[in-house]
Formats: sequence, structure tokens, C-alpha cells
Amino acid sequence: MTLITVTNLSVAYGANTVLRNVDFTLASGEIVTIVGPNGSGKTSLLRAIIGAAQPTTGQVETKPGLKIGYVPQRLHIDQTLPITVERFLRLTDRVPEKTCKQALDAAGVPDLLKRQMTGLSGGQFQRVLLARALINAPDVLLLDEATQGLDQPGSAAFYRQIEAVREQTGCSILMISHDLHVVMSASDRVICLNGHVCCQGTPAVVASAPEYRALFGAGTGGALALYRHEHDHHHDHSHEAAE
Amino acid sequence: MLDDFMTRATLAGIGVAGAAAPLGCFVVWRRMAYFGDATAHAAILGVALSLAFEMSIFPGTLAVALIMALTVTQLAGRGYAMDTLLGVMAHSSLAFGLVAVSFLSGIRIDLMAYLFGDILAVSRTDLLVIWGGAALVIALITWRWSALLASTLNEDLAHASGFDPKRERLILTLCLAITVAVAIKVVGVLLIAALLIIPAAAARVAARTPEAMAAIAAGIGILSTVAGLRGAYIFDTPAGPSIVCVAALIFLVMNLARWRDQERA
Repeated sequence: MTLITVTNLSVAYGANTVLRNVDFTLASGEIVTIVGPNGSGKTSLLRAIIGAAQPTTGQVETKPGLKIGYVPQRLHIDQTLPITVERFLRLTDRVPEKTCKQALDAAGVPDLLKRQMTGLSGGQFQRVLLARALINAPDVLLLDEATQGLDQPGSAAFYRQIEAVREQTGCSILMISHDLHVVMSASDRVICLNGHVCCQGTPAVVASAPEYRALFGAGTGGALALYRHEHDHHHDHSHEAAE
Repeated sequence: MLDDFMTRATLAGIGVAGAAAPLGCFVVWRRMAYFGDATAHAAILGVALSLAFEMSIFPGTLAVALIMALTVTQLAGRGYAMDTLLGVMAHSSLAFGLVAVSFLSGIRIDLMAYLFGDILAVSRTDLLVIWGGAALVIALITWRWSALLASTLNEDLAHASGFDPKRERLILTLCLAITVAVAIKVVGVLLIAALLIIPAAAARVAARTPEAMAAIAAGIGILSTVAGLRGAYIFDTPAGPSIVCVAALIFLVMNLARWRDQERA
């Protein structure tokens, strides 16, 4: 069953077109990872799906009554804003304390309920963001570079947590990865975006090859995988020279 | 009871402090302090226009404050940074306001009354306007509380939850303009920002949730009003600045207390 259908989507900020004629679908229970260089429109695609960016052409259709859990790329809480984890979880949904505790359990940080948000470590903070997105039992989780600022074991642990969430709840997951080549191994599909869909495919599991193990370290427990880009076209953009 | 000018002044101050507290929290969280200040300065042009057209001060200042706030919000990010635009708009409307007032030679105007407020001259009608405006601001903020808070934390998060951050920003701008318009009589255009920011900043020290911070800020604002007016009466000092002085002292004491606790811990 299709939860999100994106048809011929273009998004522009002023004269700057960041997404051009993108087609994309997300099925129920699917894990899809989006990769792409900076400025490739990854975040814009997510913003168009949640209604924060207006399409210039095309459309975004979601299943009627679709519940979205959104984990933003960056969430800065000003030091002047006092807020406990519990209050933050209840930001937009009035849920009982029990639901808050369950969401924190599911995100792997059970004991933070009464803590101040500004006093959390980077990893704890990301997991609380995940817990907040899980609070209303969403049909789909949208994660925008949710492992930004985490080290490799931290990212791997976070990905395993997301896998566990998918197994427990069966929700679909659409996530943006800031790494072009290393993605969550549980991804059913990887989409490489660069203004348009460049290529898509499945990630290669790299559990045994020693050179990859050296690259990823031993502590990631198979949570990470390589994605080989198979582009059938060539870009002549100077900003890609760095890749 | 309302025959006593001190009673009317106290009630007026409590009304403004009650509206300024929750609004001030958002001003602090969203780092809009300069925005509040600029909106207030622009209001002096509203005062001048109101006097020129011989109408009540409230609608004139409300209109100018609102136009100024909306213009800055619309223009921000198009070539100039927000604080530059605020500086241009606020100080030029203040200057035009002061020049315009000087042309009104037919009327004797005590400009000081608008720059620093004239809370002891609050009439029954003023009281009605102040409490009406304050009630409207408190009602708007209470109604939109979750949406405002979500938009303040992260605009995309607000979008994903079905809120429109642009609309919430508009509501805050409207609240700010109303608060400025009603607070002119109480503390004057130069000190309105103090009434917004100082109680909220002091409350931060003692609060663990956003709601608690707004409630504590309201308490501090009301206490400052009552104590400030009492002090102004006893020591024969100007009323508006006295209120702000008390608020500043509370801010100082609360922060000193926190430092002491941190030293012990």
C-alpha cells in the first residue's frame, strides 16, 4: 500500500530551482534512505512532504489520515527556554505520562522524562527527538540527517534503534543520510538525489569484507552498509568536483 | 474604589504586566527583544498622528506599531538583515514622530508623558482600553499556545504537526502591537521593552517548563508594578521608571540567588 506519492515535483526558492521533476513513492513498511550532495534538494523533498515547502509544479499526495512523525535536521533550543523532556514530548499532542515513557523506551532512553532538554548530550537529544516523533504512533517516520553530530558507533546504534522501531510498530521510514556512500543497512531502497533522482537501488551489505570492516570499525554491528552509485548520466557541475 | 488615582494606576499596571509576561517569554525565546523595542519606538509616530487628527491615542499607536512590525517582517531577508531594517524603521518613525509633534503648535503636549508614561493619569476609559487589550493578548496567546511554542522551537516541526508558523508569527506581531499601544500610558515607549523582557528573563532562573516561566514572569511583573508604584509614591519618583527599577532588582536578586546555589552545589 502506498503512503506517499510524489509526482513530477519541482521546488524553487526564488529563482533557484532545487528540485526538478521528482517522482517518488513510499510504500507501507518500507525503509528508504535518500543520499545526495549538499544542496541536492534532500531536505526540500522532506519539507515538501510535510507541507513546509510549496511545489512550483507537481504534487505530493498522502494517504488520507496519514500520521507523520518528523525528526528535524537541527533543533536548537534557546538557553532561555526551560523545557523538560516530558513537556517536549507533549509539544503538539496531549498524551498521558505512560505514552511518554513508552516513547522514550522505544527510542532507547527510558530515564530522561524529568530532565531539561538543554542538559542532554547529543545522542540523548536525537533520541528524544525520535521519541517525540513516535508519540502519536505515526504511519511514517521522516528523519532529516538524524545522525548528524553522532560518531560512527553512535550512528550505528541510532540506526539499530530505528530498525527496532520499524519491527515493533511496522511504520515506514524515510530518512536522509548526510553520507553519500554509507547508509543504514536495513534500507529497502536508496535514492540518490541531485536536483532530480540520479539513481536508486539497494545497499550492499558489507559485513564480511575486511577492508570495509576497517572502514566502519568493529563496533557498528552491521547497522551500516555501502551504497554503490550507478549513475547512467553525467553532471558537469563544478560543485561535484569535491566528490 | 476607581476614584482613587493610585488604584487606577495599579490596576492599569497589573493589566499591562499580565499581558506582557507571556508575550515577553516568546520575545525572549525567539530573540525578538530588539523587535519589541523598535515597535515601541515607532509608536511615537502613532502618538503624533493621533494628536494631529484629534483622535484617541490607542488606535493610532496600534496602527503604526502594526504597520511597522508587518513591514519589517515582510522585508526581512530581502537584502537587509532584520536588525538593520528595524534600526531604519524604528528610529526614522521615532524621528518623524518627534518632528510631527513639534508642528502641533496649537496643542500643548507633554512629550515626556509618552516617552516615559503617565500611569498616574490613567482614566477610567484608559483602564477599560488597557484591560481590553491585555485580555485580548492573553486570550490569543493562550489559544495558540501549543502552536506558538512548536513554531518557536522549530518551524518545520510545526509544519509537520499541521501548524502554520507564518500565521503564528503574525499572531505574535499583532499581540506585540496591542501590548505596545496599551502600555504607552503605563511605562511610555522607551520602557515598554523592559516590561516585556525583564520579568521573563528573571523568571527563567526559577522555571522548568515554558508554562511555569510565563506564570512566574506574570507574578514578577505584577509585583514590580505594585512595589514600583508604592515606591514612586513614597519617594516621589517617576512611576514608570520606578516599576522597571523594581523589575530589574528582582532580576538581579534571582540571578544572585542562583549563582549562590550553584556555588554550593
